[in-house]
Amino acid sequence: MKILKLIFKNALRHKLRAFLTIVGIAIAVMAFGLLQTVVTAWNAGVEAAAADRLITRQAVSFIFPLPYAYKDQISKLPEVKNVTFFNWFGGVYIDKNQFFARMACDPETLFDVYPEFVVTPAEREAFLKERNSCVIGADLAKMYKLKVGDIMELEGDIYPGQWQFVVRAIYQPRDKTVDATGMYFHWQYLDERIRQVSPERAGNIGWFAVQIKDARQSAAVSERIDALFQNSRAETKTETERAFQQGFVASSGAIITSLNVMSFVIIGIIMLVLGNTMIMSARERTREYAVLKTLGFTGGHLSAFVAGESLIISFLGAGLGLAIVYPVVAMFSILVPKGWFPVFNLAPSTVILAASSAILVGVLASIIPLRRALKTRIVDGLRFIG
Amino acid sequence: MPTAISVENVYKSYMRDKLEVPVLNNVSLTIQEGEFIALMGPSGSGKTTLLNIIAGIDRPTRGRVLVQGTDIATLSEATLAKWRSRHVGFIFQFYNLIPVLTAYENVELPLMLTPLNKAQRKDQVERALAMVGLADRMKHYPKQLSGGQEQRVAIARAIASDPDILVADEPTGDLDKRSADDIMTLLERLNQELGKTIVMVTHDPAAAERAGTVRHLEKGDLLPEEKMR
Amino acid sequence: MKIPFSYIARNFIARRLTTSITVTGVALVVFVFAAVLMMSYGVQKTLVSTGSANNVIISRKSATSEISSIIDRETANNILTLPAISRGADGKPLATTDAVVIINIGKKTGGISNVTVRGVSRQAFTIREQIKLTEGRMFTWGARELVVGGAIRDRFKGANIGDKVKFAGDMWTIVGVIDGEHSAFDSEIWGDIDQLLQAFNRSDFSTITFRVDDPAVLSQLKTQFASDPRLNQFEPESERRYYEKQSEALSMFINILGIFITIIFSVGAMIGAMITMYAAVANRTVEIGTLRALGFQRFSIMMAFLIESMLIALVGGALGLFLASFLQFVSLSTLNFGSFSELQFSFSLSPIIIILTILFAVVMGLVGGFLPSFRAARLQIVNALRSA
Repeated sequence: MKILKLIFKNALRHKLRAFLTIVGIAIAVMAFGLLQTVVTAWNAGVEAAAADRLITRQAVSFIFPLPYAYKDQISKLPEVKNVTFFNWFGGVYIDKNQFFARMACDPETLFDVYPEFVVTPAEREAFLKERNSCVIGADLAKMYKLKVGDIMELEGDIYPGQWQFVVRAIYQPRDKTVDATGMYFHWQYLDERIRQVSPERAGNIGWFAVQIKDARQSAAVSERIDALFQNSRAETKTETERAFQQGFVASSGAIITSLNVMSFVIIGIIMLVLGNTMIMSARERTREYAVLKTLGFTGGHLSAFVAGESLIISFLGAGLGLAIVYPVVAMFSILVPKGWFPVFNLAPSTVILAASSAILVGVLASIIPLRRALKTRIVDGLRFIG
Repeated sequence: MPTAISVENVYKSYMRDKLEVPVLNNVSLTIQEGEFIALMGPSGSGKTTLLNIIAGIDRPTRGRVLVQGTDIATLSEATLAKWRSRHVGFIFQFYNLIPVLTAYENVELPLMLTPLNKAQRKDQVERALAMVGLADRMKHYPKQLSGGQEQRVAIARAIASDPDILVADEPTGDLDKRSADDIMTLLERLNQELGKTIVMVTHDPAAAERAGTVRHLEKGDLLPEEKMR
Repeated sequence: MKIPFSYIARNFIARRLTTSITVTGVALVVFVFAAVLMMSYGVQKTLVSTGSANNVIISRKSATSEISSIIDRETANNILTLPAISRGADGKPLATTDAVVIINIGKKTGGISNVTVRGVSRQAFTIREQIKLTEGRMFTWGARELVVGGAIRDRFKGANIGDKVKFAGDMWTIVGVIDGEHSAFDSEIWGDIDQLLQAFNRSDFSTITFRVDDPAVLSQLKTQFASDPRLNQFEPESERRYYEKQSEALSMFINILGIFITIIFSVGAMIGAMITMYAAVANRTVEIGTLRALGFQRFSIMMAFLIESMLIALVGGALGLFLASFLQFVSLSTLNFGSFSELQFSFSLSPIIIILTILFAVVMGLVGGFLPSFRAARLQIVNALRSA
């Protein structure tokens, strides 16, 4: 226990330097946490994907519609439990910089296939009954200060015109990984209006979300669905929700790679700051190390002294960094435009990664000073002056 | 009296810019148990090198050094470190106390390497500090002590693990006359009362006078013995 | 009295290891700083170079991108009669009615991604003169043939000349490769507008782009569109400005993240510089005392240490910038939030970025070195000399 005390005292011998180093490491750990949180946010859709859900979309790309009539055909497959569908609406709410998802949905089946959207039975009933009603996520409601009964006015682009929807339900996310910034309204309402202006575009939906009975059969069911519509005018491509979300993330691969590269650069910077401090400390203590060796302390002891000191500093730095990363992540999510990251949380894995990197860096940063301390002969060390 | 230290034909040289510089020229020296010997000589004469070799913190280029029958020149680094912690106590010119540790903790330091438990260590540390007359300064940090007191803590550290041999390199070199006198008296007592073998390097004739034997080195050669007392 | 520069420079070398670690730290920070600026500038440059100042693009007012913009035939015919449109040698308006869709193609690196397919009219190659055919031949009007941008050929599977792409129930043959001088058109596939509309069973266009003789006519057009009930759902915009706006979300994302990270990093680098300079001051206390005893002023001492610190930062900055300049050979492709399709862009360096980066490094050195230099200047001669 005494040895530990000596290590601790050594670590804090140069108060100002120790303080600066700890702050430096804390800042880097915080930056690491923030970057990884952004990466996590990007992957949020993949993480939230349910294993028993398939997404069926037009084979050419997601912007091409599928006939509504496919719904019955898919529902008839014995492996399928529920089918719901969505249609991307887009349009403009307030101005062009509001990025939340606005979609037409099938109000009858939405909550069966997406149990992670939690609504009260009364609200669900109210949403079902009114043709031009919509359900919005709790986060969205908070963002725009919307409550049940409020009107949301959208200007359509893909579906030109002015559109008004009454908020009839606000869904709560089942857990932190669920996007609570969506807005969903009756597809029937959209379709009826479209039928009047451009009848050739009516009867179409964007994509189906298919809930299957056995998640292990996803590959086989996907094939069966696609086989149903082969050689038709609108061929389908079915994949698990996870794969579908991954496709989106993969398109931004370059940015995610850059973020990850930067995270590693940060770890490199922590190492430089700590390594610098350790080299200076060990250099100043050359004589002391020689005295310890004279007293009979071995290389193993010295390693414990130097690495222990380095670890104490990196621990304190990492602890402080993790303490400040939470408010910083919160601040960052306020700074980015609304709706960019529907789910923005610090993942436990990020905390663990940051802490274990700090340990690793603590050990690595002591290598150079330790090698010097061990290499120095006692007689030279005793003669060393500043 | 049995032989404590036997230096046999020790030759030591350093390489400086590819040039071999001899420091010790086949020095032979026998020190008896309980002897107090002072090594004197101008700087560069090799006295500190000889001391370091005897203490096992430097190695001879050629020759044997037997300390209580052990040829320390053949020991590995790790064994040598262990050996030092058991058999040799060090006293340096600049005390070399660890500044972040109290007097008590500094003295306890070498005991950390022994299997003694906490209570036994406490016992030894307190005895050593009492011996050097600093029982009331245990909680003080080196900064809070005078030079003479610091050196006494260093001596307490050297004797804490009860080694047979004490090695002192200019123990009074950085002290005023009175403190130097106190330190020499203390070393004398350790030699006479506890029977420690002491090897001391010094410039100071007054300090050398207190030793039983004085040997002179010059340019790496040990000059013939001359009895002082 | 001034302290000679050689004294400063030699100290710099004397503490090699610590100094080089600090230099490396500053270099890393500067590298990241420059990389972020270069990335954001690269995206902007790609999209700005896509549009020409002499072209006007018409889209639906509420549409956030070309794919969500719809212009019906009747409106299109109205627009094409506008007198502001330049005429070619044959007297026909220099305009292209484009239809833009997105298809999925497999990437060479695995996975599939969104690619823009643009149906164009005959005049498209006249008004977008930066488009050059680099390989193969141009598609035949009236045939199911396509030409692909260089970035598509390089990054996607089965996108070489002679390959067939299947969409809209038909096989389309790739017959040529076009180069759009690093514009977003490099990441597109082009074909005959009539063929595409027919295949997709559509009659509406996405956007109309036309050449004007004088870009100043835009404001007039805007007023005209706003007041005409047949046209007030649509909006004219300079083609350059239009594509620039499409990059805004992506550039903004890069900038917010970049600025955040750079601030964090620079604080870290300043702390590194501060640690090094404090150690330099502490190690040279006696030296400082001697210099002061020799008659050097406090201010000179302070300047000597400040210059040393800035020198460290400057060397680090130059090193970081040098490394970052190699990024110009790297091109990235990512989803452009503005258009929902993949966009290839390169890191680009500009004189402004170089100046900003160097300035950034010097400021780091200045701030990091200030407190230690101040301490050096404040040392009392007697105390400094005694500290040996």
